[in-house]
Amino acid sequence: MIRIIVLLACAILAAPAFAHKASDAYLTIERDGASLRGQWDIALRDLDNALGLDANADGDITWGEVRMRETDIAAYAMRRLQVSSHGERCTLAPLAYLVDTHTDGAYAVLKFSGACLHAGPTLAIDYRLFEGLDPQHRGLLNYVEHGQSRSVVFSADTPQRIVGGDSGGAWRQFATYVDEGVWHIWTGFDHILFLLSLLLPAVFVRMPDGWRSSMSFRASFVDVAKVVTAFTLAHSITLTLAALSIVVLPSRLVESGIALSVVLAALNNLFPVVANGRWLAAFGFGLLHGFGFAGALHDLGLPAGSLALSLAGFNLGVEAGQLAIVVLFLPLAFALRSTWAYRRMVFAGGSAAIAMVASVWLVERAFNVGVFSALAAR
Amino acid sequence: MAILKPGRRNLALAAVCLMLCASAGATPYVPADDRIVLERLPEKGDPALAHLKRMRAELAANPRDLDIAVPVVRRALEAARTLGDPRFLGEAQAALAPWWKAADAPPIAVLLRATLKQSEHDFAGSLADLDPLLEANPAMAQARLTRATVLTVLGRYADARRDCASLAGRVAPVVVIGCEAGPASLSGEARAAYDALAGILAQQDADPGVREWAQTLAAEIAARRGDFTAAEAHFRAARALDPRDAYLKGAYADFLLDRDRPRDVLPLLRDDTRNDTLLLRLALAERRLPDQRGIFTEHRSDLAARFDAARRRGDSVHRREEAQFRLVIEGDAHAALALARENWAVQREPADLRILIEAARAAGDAAALKIATDWIAAHHLEDAAVLAGLQVVR
Repeated sequence: MIRIIVLLACAILAAPAFAHKASDAYLTIERDGASLRGQWDIALRDLDNALGLDANADGDITWGEVRMRETDIAAYAMRRLQVSSHGERCTLAPLAYLVDTHTDGAYAVLKFSGACLHAGPTLAIDYRLFEGLDPQHRGLLNYVEHGQSRSVVFSADTPQRIVGGDSGGAWRQFATYVDEGVWHIWTGFDHILFLLSLLLPAVFVRMPDGWRSSMSFRASFVDVAKVVTAFTLAHSITLTLAALSIVVLPSRLVESGIALSVVLAALNNLFPVVANGRWLAAFGFGLLHGFGFAGALHDLGLPAGSLALSLAGFNLGVEAGQLAIVVLFLPLAFALRSTWAYRRMVFAGGSAAIAMVASVWLVERAFNVGVFSALAAR
Repeated sequence: MAILKPGRRNLALAAVCLMLCASAGATPYVPADDRIVLERLPEKGDPALAHLKRMRAELAANPRDLDIAVPVVRRALEAARTLGDPRFLGEAQAALAPWWKAADAPPIAVLLRATLKQSEHDFAGSLADLDPLLEANPAMAQARLTRATVLTVLGRYADARRDCASLAGRVAPVVVIGCEAGPASLSGEARAAYDALAGILAQQDADPGVREWAQTLAAEIAARRGDFTAAEAHFRAARALDPRDAYLKGAYADFLLDRDRPRDVLPLLRDDTRNDTLLLRLALAERRLPDQRGIFTEHRSDLAARFDAARRRGDSVHRREEAQFRLVIEGDAHAALALARENWAVQREPADLRILIEAARAAGDAAALKIATDWIAAHHLEDAAVLAGLQVVR
């Protein structure tokens, strides 16, 4: 019994003079690629307010009362914290339950780990602890990455913040965004199909009676270079304008427009309207595709401190990814340009297939319905 | 291992646990025993707060019921004021959530919203609620009194007095006179204001809460006028009416510090270390007492940690206190002056003026000092301590 009294007395004696303070919680998130480690210090008084920790209602919260509710505490807190990478929610799992003291008293300390599907350059964090219970609550986040930390404050008015993407030095950050750009063009089928539709006829020459095989690689190369340069120039302009929020278009319009551009480019191969001025079409529709890239970049998040660097990196990544496709395509297409397989299957059949797929996208995006998913579900 | 006698064993245990506890705050730990008390809730031993907690539970079940919300907000604001505990302001705001941003909220909700904003030193926000409220409900006495208080803090004395004058006949005479006495005493009519207040207080017919408020006001006016005997008497009368009021304790501590009676501050504030503004006054007293060195050092680092914690969350309500802390305790005149100037842009009470003058003086900043002297000249401020501060300058 004496032992307990000594223990209890010590808990009170050793405490500093606690403050009356508005409600804060201290959150640390440490990121290493796709895996996260975190610690969340939440005041016992606030948790009592939300969950009623004082089981025997004597006005004292004991360790036993906290321990009994630790899974409830974790569940309550974790439901109010969303961490996303690449637009996908990371899973968070509690690891350990401890306690600590801050200037205003005792806190529950929740250690947790997290796993994200993709390691994007930034994390989008949505913090809603004690929402509705205390509008003056603040979440003070210490975000650690590459050994660097930065602090971010969440409040009822600003529950969503994007962190990361600006630690680890300029070069690493640039490289991250280049990587994201490449990844985006390689997985963005609409952009690839648009580009391919414009490239497929590059190994031909338009004659009054139809497409003829091009005689010189040089002529085909120049044609491809014109199309690719025009497309690049155009989408770089609109990507920049949109990323800096100078021009903002509704994403439904942009995405539908991109689908339409793919349909038109593919149909133009089958029923030629524009032959030698394809670079103009590449430029015009390229403007739309730039807005599409900006949407993807928005999901990644841009670090405020070094926006230009990340934007340039992403754009460069898109160009590099696109160039890699061209480098693979051109020699192969040129070599096969006179074969039946290329002329009939790849060029004509491919263009028709692209036009069909893109038409479905167009319907899906313009009317906000899921044709492919509906078919897949049957 | 040597077998210790029970007493020794406990000592050893205490030593171990002291080490453990001392490390708290640096490393999270798992407490050794389920029975260890980690946190004492504010409602422990306070039936009024226990009642508030029950009412909040009731409100949680019917969040849009204004009849439940109003007493919850009132009691939470009262708790925030008497205890100096800002978490109750968060509770009050949560209770007002359905009406917090509504333009067509009922008058009582708008009034409470304005009062809450005032408590958080959001004076512009408070006026933005009160102006249209009084436009639509000119007879709402509490709103008018609140607006007069806000206007006084902002130094708009003529506007404040107009609101006070229109209270006549609607509330108890002591409230009208008290309302009027604040702005009047700060704009060249301290003597008349004090006499009127002292006269009505002698009649002793108002309720204790109002009398305590009026006695505190009388004490502050008397102290500014240099009538320290009267000030002491009013402070004591107010303390007898409500010994727990944190605002009153702070005002009395300021008075004692000015009268060079730091030792009298110790028993007054010893149990109020949770309240930042009161802990600051306690530390200011301890600093002047050589036998309080140890506790002073502790309180100094506590205060530094609290101002740091407030800064981290983006709070700037206690700029005045932080300026005092930087100037008097940390000796950083430039940081203090920056805070004092920021504070002066928000609120203009005599204490705000004083810290502006003291910091400007310490930093040797003539421009900041001129802001203060211009203000005093424009409003004919009578304040013994402020004027004494300026005497030293010249």
